[in-house]
Amino acid sequence: MADFTSDFWNLYIAGITLVSIVGCGVFLFAQTKRRAKSEPVGTTGHVWDEDLAEYNNPMPRWWMWLFYLTIIFSLGYLALYPGLGSFGGAFGWSSQKQFDEEMAKANQQFGPLYDKYLKMDLTAVAADTQAQQMGQRLFLNHCAQCHGSDGGGTRGFPSLRDTDWLWGGTPELIKTSIADGRMGVMPPMGAAVGSAEDVKDVANFVLSLSGRTHDQLRAQRGKEKFAACAACHGAEGKGNQALGAPDLTDKVWLYGGSEAAIIEAITKGRNGIMPAHKELLGDAKVHLLSAYVLYLSKGEAASK
Amino acid sequence: METTYNYKVVRQFAIMTLIWGIVGMLVGVIIAAQLIWPELNAASFLSYGRLRPLHTNAVIFAFGGCALFATSYYVVQRTCQARLFGSGLAAFTFWGWQLVILLAAITLPLGYTSGKEYAELEWPIDILITLVWVSYAVVFFGTIVKRKTPHIYVANWFFGAFILTVAVLHVVNSAAMPVSFWKSYSAYAGVQDAMVQWWYGHNAVGFFLTAGFLGMMYYFIPKQAERPVYSYRLSVVHFWALIFTYMWAGPHHLHYTALPDWAQSVGMLFSLILLAPSWGGMINGIMTLSGAWHKLRTDPILKFLITSLSFYGMSTFEGPMMSIKTVNALSHYTDWTVGHVHSGALGWVAMISIGSLYYLIPRMYGRTEMYSTRLITLHFWVSTIGVVLYIAAMWIAGVMQGLMWRAVNSDGTLTYSFVESVKATYPFYMIRLLGGVVFFAGMLIMAYNVWKTVAGSKAYNEAPIPQLKPAAAH
Repeated sequence: MADFTSDFWNLYIAGITLVSIVGCGVFLFAQTKRRAKSEPVGTTGHVWDEDLAEYNNPMPRWWMWLFYLTIIFSLGYLALYPGLGSFGGAFGWSSQKQFDEEMAKANQQFGPLYDKYLKMDLTAVAADTQAQQMGQRLFLNHCAQCHGSDGGGTRGFPSLRDTDWLWGGTPELIKTSIADGRMGVMPPMGAAVGSAEDVKDVANFVLSLSGRTHDQLRAQRGKEKFAACAACHGAEGKGNQALGAPDLTDKVWLYGGSEAAIIEAITKGRNGIMPAHKELLGDAKVHLLSAYVLYLSKGEAASK
Repeated sequence: METTYNYKVVRQFAIMTLIWGIVGMLVGVIIAAQLIWPELNAASFLSYGRLRPLHTNAVIFAFGGCALFATSYYVVQRTCQARLFGSGLAAFTFWGWQLVILLAAITLPLGYTSGKEYAELEWPIDILITLVWVSYAVVFFGTIVKRKTPHIYVANWFFGAFILTVAVLHVVNSAAMPVSFWKSYSAYAGVQDAMVQWWYGHNAVGFFLTAGFLGMMYYFIPKQAERPVYSYRLSVVHFWALIFTYMWAGPHHLHYTALPDWAQSVGMLFSLILLAPSWGGMINGIMTLSGAWHKLRTDPILKFLITSLSFYGMSTFEGPMMSIKTVNALSHYTDWTVGHVHSGALGWVAMISIGSLYYLIPRMYGRTEMYSTRLITLHFWVSTIGVVLYIAAMWIAGVMQGLMWRAVNSDGTLTYSFVESVKATYPFYMIRLLGGVVFFAGMLIMAYNVWKTVAGSKAYNEAPIPQLKPAAAH
């Protein structure tokens, strides 16, 4: 809370602030000339550049009052709100407190609704129409930026509308992904595989795994080199959800399924990050979002 | 003995003001269009993120800067009855400043930036700016020192405050640790960096875009109206109050951030106190016309000058209002801010500069009037319509965005996703683009008028310095 390293700076800044505000008023007052109404308005007598002169009109009354008013308001504000160093003001207001109060009020108002779903099983929540609507609203504000408004994903960001899962599709695993985030790291494997030709061979073997067009000769040669990849993707390329290593035998390609994209993945590696949301959203909202993602995926499966 | 004023450097800056105005506003039109049609981000160096700082730098420092150089050099000579101090140094400020602008126009699109708003240029250019600016100060104050008039005219107070303060602001905020020729990191970190940045940022508005242009106002309005300034006393009080309180107002850019509450409050209060000192200039300018109101009907240059003060009054009311925490919670990060800036930048800064240029340019060529007064009138109406379209669209868009962002459903979730507020803004982006195009078209009208005035005329360098002692009647 302490904004000042010592009380000196606290007094220093509070003093300067007060003197400056009061000083504005004193300056204005000192510059105000009382003048008899009958005194005629003339110029000050100075002339520049042939014809530039200045009248000695007094300052407009209303303008001076406006000036005084802002000064008086400021002094009043400083008595009530923080502004004079560490003096917090009579109201004890702080932006942190305002935030906490607004959050507490919101939690009190909306908390029971979210708690109701938090106590329910994820599969049951996913089937609840109101929960789906709430989940969708949360999704549009917190997830759609990467996964798309419809959850369809895009290059580098997995689709949530299918039944293919990088890290597992059980309700609990989905919730873990949202709450704690995921780090989908594929290390650069170029050196482990060998030369650029070898990498191309492996890429063709990977293409063959899902039955894509490939060079058979290269694929055959690549099969041996694929041993370097098997640690994560498995000997058959089926992937490993515990590591987030994708299945290479299906038709889902997170970063593209062309020969070039696969070669790039092998040589440069990939780094996919799903940020953790537990701290940001709280357990109840993560719960609702998990149910919504479950619903998205189930809905797609059901419509097939 | 020097017998003539230095008009050459004034003329150079005056012409470049017009050219940079057209360039800067064209970039503005392009980025306004990019917000509607993202396809226009055709190449990396033409992308919005790189053209936006180019636009702000071009209009503030190239257009506004050249206008300030031109008018301050003209005004300080004529009101001091002395030729500009240091002809070579003055020429250096011209060529140095053009080089700064050229470097900005190259490096910003290439993506070289220090990431500080309105101070994006990298450290080698910052050093060049410092050299030019110190030379500017020497030329300006050197002329003040050798003045033949006993008193310093009010316009020069404002120009002087602007020159001194901008030097301090620039040097402090641009302090950085270079890691390579084109990359540096700020000398400050975290919230201190943000505070230094907005101390700079708001005073760039206060001293570059306000005090400097008030200097312009205090010369060209009484000259064009042929009336004395309304109140000497008012100019004294509002000058000192303005330059003193502006210094404190920066934190209002950082409401509801990590900046301590006390600093936010102080920033807000001084912004409110700033209202009266700001309006002092408007009152003094507009009241100068009392007794000569009829001139507004026939003189389009006065129309420009007086209308600019109306926009100045509007935006200096709007600014304090937006600095109030409660209002700021709604307006911050929305297009309302953009509207506010442009009511100041187009309505005040551009219009007072345009009016002053219409006075200045013919005199630089030994004439007293532009080629066509009717074209000035046309330019005035076109500009006014352009500004009004622009700021009205952004006001509505900004308030709408602020309300959409805070709308909450009965379950506590946000009613609108961000992209929905973007979609709702499209019609207003169209109106804003239209306003911008219209204002830009006005600049082309001006360019034609200037061309017809200048073409065939000989540059006038023989303006005599009156050798008589000026009236010393006190």
